[in-house]
Amino acid sequence: MKILDELRREGRADDMQSLVDHIPYARFLGIRVDRKGTEITTILPFDAKLIGNTTLPALHGGVIGAFLELTAVIQLLYSTQCERLPKTVDVSVDYLRSGHPVDTYGRATVTRQGRRVANVQAEIWQEEKSKPIAASHGHFLLTPV
Amino acid sequence: MSTDSNIEGWDERLPTRQLPPHGQALGIEYVKVEDGCLFLKVPYAEHLVGDPDTGIIHGGVITAAMDNASGWCTRLNSDFVEGQSMATLDLRIDYMKPATPHKDLMVRAECYKMTRNIAFVRATAFQEDLLDPVATSVASFMMGTPSERKPA
Repeated sequence: MKILDELRREGRADDMQSLVDHIPYARFLGIRVDRKGTEITTILPFDAKLIGNTTLPALHGGVIGAFLELTAVIQLLYSTQCERLPKTVDVSVDYLRSGHPVDTYGRATVTRQGRRVANVQAEIWQEEKSKPIAASHGHFLLTPV
Repeated sequence: MSTDSNIEGWDERLPTRQLPPHGQALGIEYVKVEDGCLFLKVPYAEHLVGDPDTGIIHGGVITAAMDNASGWCTRLNSDFVEGQSMATLDLRIDYMKPATPHKDLMVRAECYKMTRNIAFVRATAFQEDLLDPVATSVASFMMGTPSERKPA
């Protein structure tokens, strides 16, 4: 991905926000990245277009899945410094609570990184980190630098 | 447009002609119901792109479309009870190949089993050929969540 090369040349390989801003779908969802040291938190600010159930109202299950996947990919890009976007092989999502119409936060952990494939777990929450609204684990194909 | 009230071939078992806000934001369209399977379409659009170098749509779009189709198609199962609410328990997606840029994505979803509490759904995302899928998924839904239960 060109933006990854550019950021690396400019010595900003860890500027995850610039990277996310170059992914049209992440921009469409309005995803922001907060990095403190090596800790990355993704933020999905609430927006009416993220609603899936208007009566509750609740976030769309697909938005939750997409946010988990992006959280995992962002963490993976930061941890591995790979030159292309990792390819998702599979993602398994557990829906734990309904998503309220408020901001959502995400964290991911690279559980195991092999030469070709990485296993990444992600969790997202709203008011309380100890009460996640969804969790996922997935496999991603890496392209080593 | 899916919000049009005169969609040809609309299956009356589907409760509403209105997609959820996020479905509309993605541009998802209803296509048809055939042999108990629901078909939805995601027309290619720039804001759905995951990699600007290639123009390939983001996996999250496929996730959202498959979740949408999977939830909806439970209503086509003969054991579906009208007015029943539901909640997604889990969704697993396998990505077989990247979607070809500038081509629409189709999703076919089938609720192959429904018990009193749980609905089991499988779905396939494809472009031209159903047998050459972009992704496949399995999902389970809890039916009749507390909001619909009678007070004890």
